[in-house]
Amino acid sequence: MTGTVIIDSGGANLASLQFAFERLGAAARVSADAREIAAAGRVVLPGVGSAADAMHRLRAAGLAQLVPTLTQPVLGICLGMQLLFEASAEGETECLGILPGAVHRLQASAARPVPHMGWNRLASSTSDPLLAGVGPEAYFYFVHSYAAPPGPFTLAPVDYGEALSAVVRRENFWGVQFHPERSAASGARVLENFLGL
Amino acid sequence: MTLAQRYRDEGADELVFYDITASPQGRSVDRRWVRRVAQVLDIPFCVAGGIRSVADAEAVLNAGAEKISVNSPALADPGLIDALSRRFGAQCVVVGIDSQLTAEGYRAYQFTGDPARTRESSRDVLGWVREAQSRGAGEIVLNCMGSDGVRRGYDIEQLRAVRAACRVPLVASGGAGAIEHFAAVFRDAGVDAALAASVFHDGAIAIPELKRALRAAGIEVRP
Repeated sequence: MTGTVIIDSGGANLASLQFAFERLGAAARVSADAREIAAAGRVVLPGVGSAADAMHRLRAAGLAQLVPTLTQPVLGICLGMQLLFEASAEGETECLGILPGAVHRLQASAARPVPHMGWNRLASSTSDPLLAGVGPEAYFYFVHSYAAPPGPFTLAPVDYGEALSAVVRRENFWGVQFHPERSAASGARVLENFLGL
Repeated sequence: MTLAQRYRDEGADELVFYDITASPQGRSVDRRWVRRVAQVLDIPFCVAGGIRSVADAEAVLNAGAEKISVNSPALADPGLIDALSRRFGAQCVVVGIDSQLTAEGYRAYQFTGDPARTRESSRDVLGWVREAQSRGAGEIVLNCMGSDGVRRGYDIEQLRAVRAACRVPLVASGGAGAIEHFAAVFRDAGVDAALAASVFHDGAIAIPELKRALRAAGIEVRP
């Protein structure tokens, strides 16, 4: 198994993720080909857009069956993390079911506009190779309207009026709600850690 | 490019690239340039300038931008906001509003990148803010033209009124001239972010110093 493959789930701006890996000296290919993904050393499940759209595209490419069977390190980013759960309230979508629980819509309030857009610190974190060297002072860039509540597989929550899952892990599946490719040095550290898994 | 790298290194939290003459000149922002910027930037960045269709937006996002901002084209065709939001999600879609006080109240202006073509759109700013949100805008950038370029501070009163009508993040623009202006707009107008250009470009305010001052004033910012 070689190289890092970014799953082409149809969202725009896969380029920013590719550029982030390039800045770390690693090439990442974008692919929707089941064989190429199965053979990759590492797999990234990105996602910008809606859960229903992304799941539709994954199913159409035969990837909704493949992804839960992968054994190499898999990293879901933002919507990609949300797809790891059983379901999403966004379009009442059935997701990959790798993690238990469902993704809900954030409730807007005067102090907490939705989308949640901005730099936040993790509320706490469990020791994990993905978060090696990431201290409590590290800020990450979040952009999302839906989120997963903290659960048994949450490594780090983030507080946005309510506690939300910022980093999750179950075996070889990791997920981050923030955008590591847009989170400056702290995000680069997470991606570098992923490349070392 | 040099500026982009400088701001990245100084700790800017987001960069917005305005190709302000694109709309008045009937063209769209240069994608090759967006791509070069995306290769070096590791913070969010938004691109604005003559994005008139889903295809224009897709090209800019595929080149590596995080978000796209629409202003004049959305005033000409408000359905553009719905179409962009449906295709890319609200978090990608910023609506920029150039607001100026007229005899009838605050109105949104079009083509402000070219003084000869700048014109009032006849849309009331608060009404346009509400409509843009209901059509799927994920963020509003309010550029207060009356305070823009004079460096006497943000238009707190107007921003506060827009904040009250706005359920999505609101970015203040126009008027920053001193560090205390940033502290005031966060504290008194409750905006989610403050945008400035010339005071950073000419070095009148250094970002690290600004952030230290905001933290000292009790406003949480990324170091």
